[in-house]
Amino acid sequence: MSWKPVLESAGLDAWIVRMFASIDERNVSWLSALARRCEEAFGDALVDLVPSYTTLLVVFDPLNVSPSQARAIICETLAGLEPEETAHEGEVHELPTWYDISVGPELQRVAEGAGMAVSEVVEAHSQRTYKVFALGFAPGFAFMGLVDPRLECARLDTPRKRVPAGSVALAGLQTAAYPTETPGGWNLLGRTSARLFDREREGFSLLRVGDRVRFVPVSREVFEREGGNTTPLEPIT
Amino acid sequence: MTQHNSPEADIRVLRAGPLALLQDSGRFGVRHLGVTQGGPADIYSWAWANHLTGNPWGTANLEVTFGGLKLIAVRDLEIAITGADLGATIEHKPVALWQRTRWKAGDTLTFAAPVSGLRAYLAVCGGFAAEPVLGSVACVTREELGGFEGNGAKLATGDELSVNRSGSGQQLANAPTEAPKNVLPDFSQPAVLDLLPGAQIASFTGRSLFDAFNTWWQVDDRADRMGVRLIGPRLNCKINTLISEGISLGSIQVPPDGQPIVLLNDRQTIGGYPRLGTLSPLSASRLAQCLPREPVRLIARGSDAVLKEHRRFRAVFHSESV
Repeated sequence: MSWKPVLESAGLDAWIVRMFASIDERNVSWLSALARRCEEAFGDALVDLVPSYTTLLVVFDPLNVSPSQARAIICETLAGLEPEETAHEGEVHELPTWYDISVGPELQRVAEGAGMAVSEVVEAHSQRTYKVFALGFAPGFAFMGLVDPRLECARLDTPRKRVPAGSVALAGLQTAAYPTETPGGWNLLGRTSARLFDREREGFSLLRVGDRVRFVPVSREVFEREGGNTTPLEPIT
Repeated sequence: MTQHNSPEADIRVLRAGPLALLQDSGRFGVRHLGVTQGGPADIYSWAWANHLTGNPWGTANLEVTFGGLKLIAVRDLEIAITGADLGATIEHKPVALWQRTRWKAGDTLTFAAPVSGLRAYLAVCGGFAAEPVLGSVACVTREELGGFEGNGAKLATGDELSVNRSGSGQQLANAPTEAPKNVLPDFSQPAVLDLLPGAQIASFTGRSLFDAFNTWWQVDDRADRMGVRLIGPRLNCKINTLISEGISLGSIQVPPDGQPIVLLNDRQTIGGYPRLGTLSPLSASRLAQCLPREPVRLIARGSDAVLKEHRRFRAVFHSESV
């Protein structure tokens, strides 16, 4: 680590541990290691841990632990911290994805921006294995990266009021799949049949911070057979 | 819509009003999955409603925003209404707030409109019955989680609500029947909110820092359980956006337009705007009682004093902790 971690107050019951200055896939193994050690060190006084690209938010119970005590605990866990080994790296998930203009209307826009054919965009997007940097925005919504820089594409000027569940999307150098229907301003490339958030499933969210993800192109037939929803997207209103 | 888990209805919803939500203390341990905490926007009033009906900490009660709700009791119930004065009446007679009340079978309980404050809490001895989702019944409409149906639905006209029946006699014997005068909040007074400064505070200009703490901010009408926007002088920060990171309850973020947003219970779990700091939990609760256009003021506090006040508040309910 070339950067010294900094603790920042996040209120009466939380500290932000700022571990890194910039986004990097290697951050995750450090943040996961810190999260694990915080779980052990805080025990019952721990309320929540929210890892993100460069930080870990540690939420504790202020009835059990004062902010200064919590700070001391976190400093102890930081001393001698080692990144989790590659062997412990997160699961690899393959998300069957139907790339098609009808469900991924921005395929064209991204292709134009990249000076590529639509088929090349699909190839470039599905070739990489992405890392999950953070979950947020909505339950099970995973921010992943980094995408092929040729595909880099700004968010839509006007977000859609409704992005269908399963939509596979791109913004900047990041990619994601929408777990549920929500508003959204990302560029849509296609749709996955994977169920990303399921309250009946153990662990609820298919993806966790640190997991690795590949989008696997499938035909419309396979997508439908897997339970994918082929309803074409409504125009932006 | 009926309550499926228990066939017995104890309360019927005659008119749902704009927003009534079931809330326990919140949904915890799942924020790393992008699931927000939910829970009562005003935890102070919520806790007292439970306390007055002998319910242990964490029991689900009803958060009634603005009013408009009309209910009828199917059986006799012991209730307490705390928080905002929404002009609650039983059979057209005003209900005394912050104390226990008998609500008789066949009587209607009506919340009219805000007299002072925005959110009232209706607790029933025994607590409302609902199946937890991801460990909590806290109702978060945006996430479609919690509430009576488990799907984040707010109360709807025609809903039938059930109440747990366990040990009500014993429970009430040990509970106070009314809250002491010195614990009652006065929502008609302008809110003064405790802010614990955050790391990016030094990145705001000197002028903006002066303005932040010397302005009567006005609550915008863009205010809900996710966050409350404050209108006032533009606050300038040398940082425009951050890499998204976890955000806690009461965080005050300042987007590039310079108008602060205080994040409340249903906020998104991560965000990327610079922050002035974080309100104390009780100040976040106080803000949640403000109506649009009401004035609020921020004061910077140290965590020791705020912690002492918070622990004093929680100590009242300590013996009930489970």
